[in-house]
Amino acid sequence: MPGKKKKEVKLFMVLFLLPAIFIYTLFLLIPILDSMRLSLYSGQGLIPTEFVGFDNYVKLFTQFPFKDRMINAFSNNIKFFFIVTLIQNIFGFFIAFFVTRKIIGKGFFRKISFLPTTLSVLVVGFLFKLILNPAWGIFDKILVSLGLENFILPWLGNPLTALPVLAIVVSWQFMGESVLFYTAGIDAIPEEVTEAALIDGASPLQELWYIIIPSILPIIGIVTILIFIGDFTQFDIVYAMSTTQANPAFGTDLFGSLFYRAAFSTPVRGGWGMGMGAAVSTVMFAIVFTGVMVWLYFFKLKGQKND
Amino acid sequence: MTRHGIKRRLIKISLFSFLSIYTVSILYPILLMFLTSFKTTREIFTNPFGLPASFEFTSYIKLLTISNYLTYFRNSIIVTVISLGTIIVITSTASFVLAKYNFRWKNFLYLFFVAGMIIPIRLGTISILKLMIEMHANDTLFSVIIVGIAVGIPFGVFILTDFIKMIPEELSAAARIDGCTEPTIFRIVIIPLLRPALAAVAIINYIPIWNDFWFPLVFLKSDSVKTVPLATALLFGQYQTNYALVFAVLSMASIPVMLFYLVFSKHFVQGLSSGALKG
Repeated sequence: MPGKKKKEVKLFMVLFLLPAIFIYTLFLLIPILDSMRLSLYSGQGLIPTEFVGFDNYVKLFTQFPFKDRMINAFSNNIKFFFIVTLIQNIFGFFIAFFVTRKIIGKGFFRKISFLPTTLSVLVVGFLFKLILNPAWGIFDKILVSLGLENFILPWLGNPLTALPVLAIVVSWQFMGESVLFYTAGIDAIPEEVTEAALIDGASPLQELWYIIIPSILPIIGIVTILIFIGDFTQFDIVYAMSTTQANPAFGTDLFGSLFYRAAFSTPVRGGWGMGMGAAVSTVMFAIVFTGVMVWLYFFKLKGQKND
Repeated sequence: MTRHGIKRRLIKISLFSFLSIYTVSILYPILLMFLTSFKTTREIFTNPFGLPASFEFTSYIKLLTISNYLTYFRNSIIVTVISLGTIIVITSTASFVLAKYNFRWKNFLYLFFVAGMIIPIRLGTISILKLMIEMHANDTLFSVIIVGIAVGIPFGVFILTDFIKMIPEELSAAARIDGCTEPTIFRIVIIPLLRPALAAVAIINYIPIWNDFWFPLVFLKSDSVKTVPLATALLFGQYQTNYALVFAVLSMASIPVMLFYLVFSKHFVQGLSSGALKG
């Protein structure tokens, strides 16, 4: 190829790549890194200016109320993630298993399962807040009609029940995503494999245990890491159902709501200033990063060795 | 019928029942939201479960008179259309180069983009806010649009690079012999074949962009630039006790995405499934 032509090719390649690289780097990658830098600064107002080294982290990990709020958000977030992961993986898998059998209306069931996932978390949170509101009492009436009067409780007012309720609402909404992923995994199993097993006289349970579960193991990893990333940055559900104050008594506070309050609320409403907010988001990044590394270790690198 | 046959039929019936109960648990709350929005406040308390006596649009009309709802709706449409349009253009050009040419940083660049799929952009919010203030773009639709584009790029590159790789090289080679330049090959050979994948990218990005609440909440202050989710939160807070109105607010925010999904559900399933299997 003549040198001139080669140069021309390079120029168009640069022009084709540049807009995507530019926007992605400037508005996604650099801000993540720059937020970490800002966590070393302190000061009033929207842009922290005074360099304080690791002071924000010292405060966050050792002083009241910072340390207490963070430990509280961390333990809530772990519980929240645990509940959502269990519900979405177990129900999601079985629903996917059922809708891939020969069942009347399976296309309809598949389609409807994803419907709540398309709604905004905010709308779903508000909707269930209204449904659970005792002033309207529709949930209480449903419980009465099912003979479950004993379960009429202030679900969102009690610190013991509020967090699990939020986790269940989030699972209800995103179940469709797990169903979709598991269905894709089961559908991708070659038909010859399933047929051969059936000819050999495998029962549906044996098919489930020896064929389906081994081949969807990577999907369990994907579903779980997506839930992990989503839950450790979850904010909208807390805002909608428990306000930014994470009622009752920070019982529903997650890292996402802690971050919002710390960075963007006034001091009276729990604001700690931008520098502290950046420190909280850096801790969140460390958690998400650790989760992703664990996932890569167990599901990606090990998988490649087997290939 | 054999005993085996009866047993199988019983299993099928129980699976069907389980799925039906699950479907009702999904549809009932959504239906409740829509039906309640057509009731009068009195009816909401006296007849919470039934159909409305008559379908009153009072709450919707009230919503349009007490707030600038049409402005919020228009803002959401502007944000969504510009974000999706830009995502499609810049990720298809970038993916074309990544899929069809060899150069030194190619694999690195692909991973560099795709890594963004697992980076939660929210964690960079403080720095993005600082950037917007410095650019005098805080409290403008531009701030929300540019963030929407940045979030959409990784998935777009991921789907489109794969798709373009599957387009046979002979097609480009033939066009090259006819004297086409590389950008022309992209325009007349690749783009027409890429349409289904472009649709998938647009459709899958539509939902998170339309629903985004976090960045509008942080960036947008003036009433004239508010988007639908931000307006939903503010109206809900302001009119919490007016049930009919609040349910109209929630319905208005949901109708566009639900209709969109029901029309394009095939694209969702295909686009996201391919992501799950390769991811």
